[in-house]
Order: sequence, then C-alpha cells, then structure tokens
Amino acid sequence: MHRPSAWLSTRRSVLAAGTAGLAAATLSRGAHAGDVAKPGGTLVVVLDPEPAGLVAGISISAPAVAVSSNIFDGLVVLDEAFAPRPQLAESWETSPDGLSITFRLRKDVSWHDGRPFTSADVQYSLMEVTKKTHPRGNAVFANLTAVETPDPHTSVFRFSRPSPVVWAALEGTETQILPRHLYEGTNPIANPWTAKPIGTGAFVFKEWVRGDRIVLERNPNYWDKGRPLLDRIVFRTIRDAGSRTATLEAGEAQYGAMNPVSLADTERLRGSADLTVETRGFEGSAPMYFFDFNMRRKPFDDIRVRQAFAHAIDRTALARTIWYGLAEPATGPIPNYQKAFYNPDTPQYAFDPKKAEALLDEAGLKRGPGGVRLRIDHIPCAYGDDYIRAAEFYRQALKRIGVELRVRTFDLPTYLRVIFTDYDFDTHSAWYSAYPDPQIGVQRRYWSQAIKKGTPSSNASQVADPDLDRVIEAIQVAGDPAERNALIRRFQSVAQEKLPSINLLELKFFRVYAKNLDGISFAPFGGYQSFKTVSTSA
Amino acid sequence: MRKPLPVAGSSRALRYLGLRCLQAVPTVIAIAVLNFFFLRLAPGDLVDTMAGEAGAATPEYMAMLRQLYGLDQPVWTQFLHYLSRLAHLNLGYSFRNSTTVLDLILSRLPNTALLMLSSLAVALVGGVALGTIGARWRGRWPDALISAISTVGFATPLFWIGLMLIVLFSVHLRWLPAGGMTDVEGGRTGLPYLLDVARHLVLPVFSLAVFYVTIYARMTRSAVLEVRELDFVRTARAKGLAPRKVMSRHVLRNALLPIVTMTGLQFGTLLSGSVVIETVFAWPGMGRLAFDAVFQRDLNLLLGVLLFSSCLVVVSNLCTDLLYSVLDPRIEVR
Repeated sequence: MHRPSAWLSTRRSVLAAGTAGLAAATLSRGAHAGDVAKPGGTLVVVLDPEPAGLVAGISISAPAVAVSSNIFDGLVVLDEAFAPRPQLAESWETSPDGLSITFRLRKDVSWHDGRPFTSADVQYSLMEVTKKTHPRGNAVFANLTAVETPDPHTSVFRFSRPSPVVWAALEGTETQILPRHLYEGTNPIANPWTAKPIGTGAFVFKEWVRGDRIVLERNPNYWDKGRPLLDRIVFRTIRDAGSRTATLEAGEAQYGAMNPVSLADTERLRGSADLTVETRGFEGSAPMYFFDFNMRRKPFDDIRVRQAFAHAIDRTALARTIWYGLAEPATGPIPNYQKAFYNPDTPQYAFDPKKAEALLDEAGLKRGPGGVRLRIDHIPCAYGDDYIRAAEFYRQALKRIGVELRVRTFDLPTYLRVIFTDYDFDTHSAWYSAYPDPQIGVQRRYWSQAIKKGTPSSNASQVADPDLDRVIEAIQVAGDPAERNALIRRFQSVAQEKLPSINLLELKFFRVYAKNLDGISFAPFGGYQSFKTVSTSA
Repeated sequence: MRKPLPVAGSSRALRYLGLRCLQAVPTVIAIAVLNFFFLRLAPGDLVDTMAGEAGAATPEYMAMLRQLYGLDQPVWTQFLHYLSRLAHLNLGYSFRNSTTVLDLILSRLPNTALLMLSSLAVALVGGVALGTIGARWRGRWPDALISAISTVGFATPLFWIGLMLIVLFSVHLRWLPAGGMTDVEGGRTGLPYLLDVARHLVLPVFSLAVFYVTIYARMTRSAVLEVRELDFVRTARAKGLAPRKVMSRHVLRNALLPIVTMTGLQFGTLLSGSVVIETVFAWPGMGRLAFDAVFQRDLNLLLGVLLFSSCLVVVSNLCTDLLYSVLDPRIEVR
C-alpha cells in the first residue's frame, strides 16, 4: 500500500531534471503497441458549461481547470499513486520539523510573453492569489506564513505548523503559478488577463469566442522538449447533452471532458467502435455522493431513525439503475481507491427494510393511517436530472418502510440558498469532491466549524458532534504522517457510527473520447490535466 | 386606382415617428426599473452560483466576491448605480463571462439575427405559398396534405426535430455539421467563410422554419379564403382578369395584412433568439446568452439583454405600423 508519508521523508531529493520529462510520460498510458504517435493536428473538445474565466487559480471550476491546465503548469503533478512528481519544480525537500519545504525550480521556463519564470512568481501566486482569492486556498494553506525567494530558482515555503495537506493541493489543477508581472498590484479576479491568460504551459491562449469556442495553440518554447504533440486544441461549448453525444458520434469532436453525455447514453457508447468511455482520471476530485439529515430537526436527532434510513436504501440497486453502473456503493466518507486513507473496517448498514422498520418502531414512529409513519421532504442537488431520478428512488425505497418523502427541486442558485443559507430541508442528497486529502474535501461534511451559513458545499447537515470534532481537529494538527493516517482511519469509523449523513456512492465521473487518441492521462487529476502528451495515432 | 406607395406627406410621417419614439422612452425606462426589482426576487446570486461551480468556498472568499461585484451594498445604492450607468448608456460588466455586457450582446446579436431572419424568411415564403395552395385547392388532397404536415410540424417539440435532424444528417449521413456556427479549423474568409456558415445554418433554420411555417400557412389559407369571397375579387374576376393575376394582385395583397401583424409581433421577440434551437445546435446567440444568465444569476447581463430586447420590440412595433400604411394606403399614420 502506498503511504503518503514517503512524500515527506526528510531531505528526500527527488528526481533530477533530466528525468522530469520521462516522469511526465509515465503518467500517461494508452498508446496501443505498434501505433506511432502522430504529431500535429487539432483536438476538438466538448466542454460544458463555459468557464467564467480561463485562469483556474482565480476562478476555479471544473471546466476552467480543464482549459487552464493546458495554459499553466503547477509546481508538481500527482502520479497514479497520488505521489507528487516534478513539473515547474525540479526537486524539493522538507525540513525535519516539517515547517519548511524548499522547491528548486526549472531554469529553462518562460512565460508565453517571453518573460522568465522565477521564484517571485511562485511567491506572488501563493501569498497573493491562492491565499487570498482561491475559494479553498486560504483554508488549505492556512499555516503557510511566507514564501521566501533566496534566488530566482529557489522558493522556500514557511509554515507555522506542519501541513501535510498542502501536497494534495500543490498540483497545477488546484494551485496555479501566475505571472507576477501581469497581476501584481491588481485584484486578480478583475484583472483583464484572466480572460486572455499568459501562462507557462504547453499551449498558448489564442482566442475565446464567448458561447462558442476557446482556441489554444502549441507553445513552441515549452520546456518539456518534444511536447506538446498537438498543434491546436479547440474547446467547444455545447449546452445540450444530446447534441454533445451527436457531436462526438459524428466525429466533429474527439474528446468530451467531465461527464459529457447523459448516463443513459453511456450504455450505448460503451459498445461504440469509435469512442471510449473512461472512468479513470477522477480519483483526485473523488466525487462522493451522500444523503444528509437535517440534524437540527426532529426526528433526525434520534440515531435509530438515521440508521433506519440507511438500512432502507439499496445502494447496489441505486448504482446499477440510476447510475447505469457508473458508481460503486460507498462504505464510508473516503473512496476505496484512495488507498493511503481508506478504512475498510467501519460500521456498515446493509440493505434490510425489515430492520429499518424495527428501528423506526423502536424510535416510536409507528405506522399511522395509510401506513405512514413520517412525512418529510427531500431536496436533491441541482446538478442535473440524474439526482432528481435518484430522489425518486429514495421516495420509493422509503415508502416501503412507511416514510413519505416529498421531493422538492430547484434551479442551482435557489437550491444553494435553500440548503446552505436557509437550511430549509429535512433530508438532502448531493455529492462533494473528497479531493486527494480528506482534510480538504471530507471534513467539511462533519466538522462543527464547517457549519458556515451561506457557504455552498459546507456542513449542510449541521452536525456538531464532540467526538467527530475531536478526531477532525487532531487530523489538522498532526504532523507525523503515520499518526495522521491512523487518525483519518479512525475518523471514518466515527463518521459511520454517528451517521449524520449516509455515504451512498462513490460516483465514477467519465470522459468520452475517440479510440484513436493516445497519451491520455489516467493520473488522479487526469480528467482535468493538460493534453500535452495527447496525439492521434497514425 | 394606383396611388404612389410612400406614405402621404413625409413631414407628417416624420412627426409621427418622432412622437412614437418619445412615447417609447418612458416605456423602456419602466421596463428597466421593473426588471431591476423583479430579477432580485429570485433567490441566490452570482456569488452563490460561482461558489457552487467552484465546488468549495469559504465565507471570506464569498464576501470578497460580493464586495468586488458590488452585491454587498443596499439595493437602493445598487439601483442608483444601475440608473447612473444606464444614463451613461453603459450596460455594465458580466463577471460570469469576464467581459462587458455590451460586447456580449453585440457579439451574439448578428448570429441571432442571421439565424432568426433566415428562418423567418423561409417560413414566410413557405407558409404563404403553402397557405395559398391550400386555399386554392381547398378540401382537395393538396390542402389535406399541407394541413396534415403543418399540424405535425407544429405539434412536434422543437428540440426533438433538431436532435433528429442532427442524428440523421450529421451522425448517420455526415452531410451537415451537428452544431456551431463555423468550422473549428477557422481561418476562412470571403466566400469559403460564407459557405461554411451557410452549411452550419441549414439544420437550425430548417428546424425553426418547420415550426413557424405552420403558423403562416394556416393564417394565409384562412385569409385567402376570406378575401376570395369579397366583392372586389368578384369584380376583378368579372372583368376578365386571369385567375393567377386575381390571386396575386387582389387576393394575396389584401390577405397579407394579418400576416404582417403576425410577423411584426414575432419579429420583436425573434431577435431575443430561440433558446431551444440555439442550445441544441450550439449556436452562439442571444437566447442562450439570456437563458444561461438566468441560471447563473448574472443580473448585469440579464438586465442588459432584457433592456436591449425591449428596445427591439418597441422598434419593430413601430416598423409594423409603418408597413401597414404601405401595404394598405387606407391606413394612415397620424
């Protein structure tokens, strides 16, 4: 089993410059034996929705990252085992006390406008952009007090406390390095360069026709010699899922990022001779789907009621029918493929409607007129029809145990207000990204300090439990990776035992792309990474 | 019989035009003000949406965005800012699209105009022709066929027609592109560019025309049938005019008035685009711009689009009124 503790071993000098390109190449497989990568050509990508800006480090969203990772490199990139590999940083070492990380930067990198890339850019990006204007940067890098620049190619990160969590966020898909000379003294969010970015990445921004396309071209001066292979990438905004399927099937686009087609269509496309449906490449964002109780409302303060609900939902059937097999039942809040953290031995709630009824009887919720014990509402997240269909599934399942569920649906902004500002719900289902470290994506569902009125994707169930808080807070301050991993495993047991939220499914997000594409990345953030290794086979 | 077509007394027409424009000013202002307050009734704002899209956020981040976007200020302050911007003919900035509202509208308007005007032209010509044929052979098979086809066309959902055309012509036959307005390779100019756009235009225009042609065919048919029974047509026939001339010069011309009314009414809404067709065919037009702005709570953009559209409705109504008097000189402008 891979242990992230290896990342932090002191004075560990990582791969020398010469092997960096090789390391990047090993991140991507998929070339069929005998085929020759053909350089050149245009890759057409269907993308939805259109991003708000093209600098993901400033206005981050899944589509923004998918575009932006081609224009900007990060300090490191995570490999398939979640271990950091060199990108803009050639090597790094962590001090024995864990209070500083020294990054040695590549010397042969320049911005797309010709200016050299230096440690000052790293300093500016972390301290002024990530910590100040990134939606989660100020939480993840809370202990980062300074970035020192002893010379143009060395950056020293200083921490007030050991912060192993930052390794999960240092990849370019999460923390971007921006050109200081274009951003300094401005508010990055309002900076005009956000719509016509200058980066260090493998592709150069060409044009953005709003509502239609974003065009990137090959960066001839890219530091990773021989890359990229493609001449151009065209991202096309197509809002309708049916049209995206047709565009891919007609061969007018060769790559669909992030669940480009409806789940129903994936079944047919999986049998296609020209297209691949690929679920690897999302282990870094790690979408976890769950069913929340409003812990401040009766009768959900009674654990027996929550357990009854957990026993009433057949998660295997849910994965098979609503998700067409593109999901797996979850056993806890952390997905099983994040091996370093995953705990397989946690309390489980097998599908057992009889037991569910017995628990409800015990809790004093007897069947009344019409066989109904309880009338409550349920709000599915407003990210698409699949979640509404899932809500219908719960309605059916809970009806069997005498619970009448009223499904309420809203558009996205209303949904966010109802759940995260008004807390006006009995039960709620949604998915959050677990991210490569539970401290970023998972604890927010369980920590009392994450009850943040008005903030989307925070603690919606409003669970405030001293046992949960204690273990979560211990994880945050643990400097020793082994100790920290043990705490994370314990956290999963406590979360499953207290059950403020039922962990339903590990969703499998997917990409759809032409079978003749080579060099697709299957790394944890492969679904969002640069197309620099991608080509069409001859 | 024939009078010169231009409206009698051009100075009077000009005065009329000026008066109508003046009358339109309070209407447009009222629309702008109502929009501002009505749109605020929808729960959630742009920052909620952006934090939702980001997947995670902190309260500090959201407060920073609200301050930057001016959403942290009282509604009245925001309203005064909005009015002062309007007075400077400034539609504001769309933070969701990282560009100005005016740029967004101006970049989409020609696309929508091209799509909708082409569809309208096809529908108008096709509808009037089909309607006339239907009336001419009333109760016989051409009439029945046209009526059946147009009923089906009207009853079929637009998105379904669009998707089916894509499946047939783009996925299976691969004759026409599935969507977009130009080829992704780009770089074309002159005639090749126009041909490229035309190829992309075929399917969306046809889908929309199928829908609108029904309306015009039915209206033309009933109007022609009605006019055909009037005295002056009998007179024309009695004086020995060829049936074709009677139809084109006497019947159709008089039957066109309701068609003009309908077209005028549609024209105003036409330029706000067709959300369905623009979505299905990935056509970068006004309809999708407004539709997305609603769900993103991009109020600056939405207010801009609505204001722009209301101005277009006012102008197109004015043009319709002027056109009446051209078609039927008995109707005078005053």
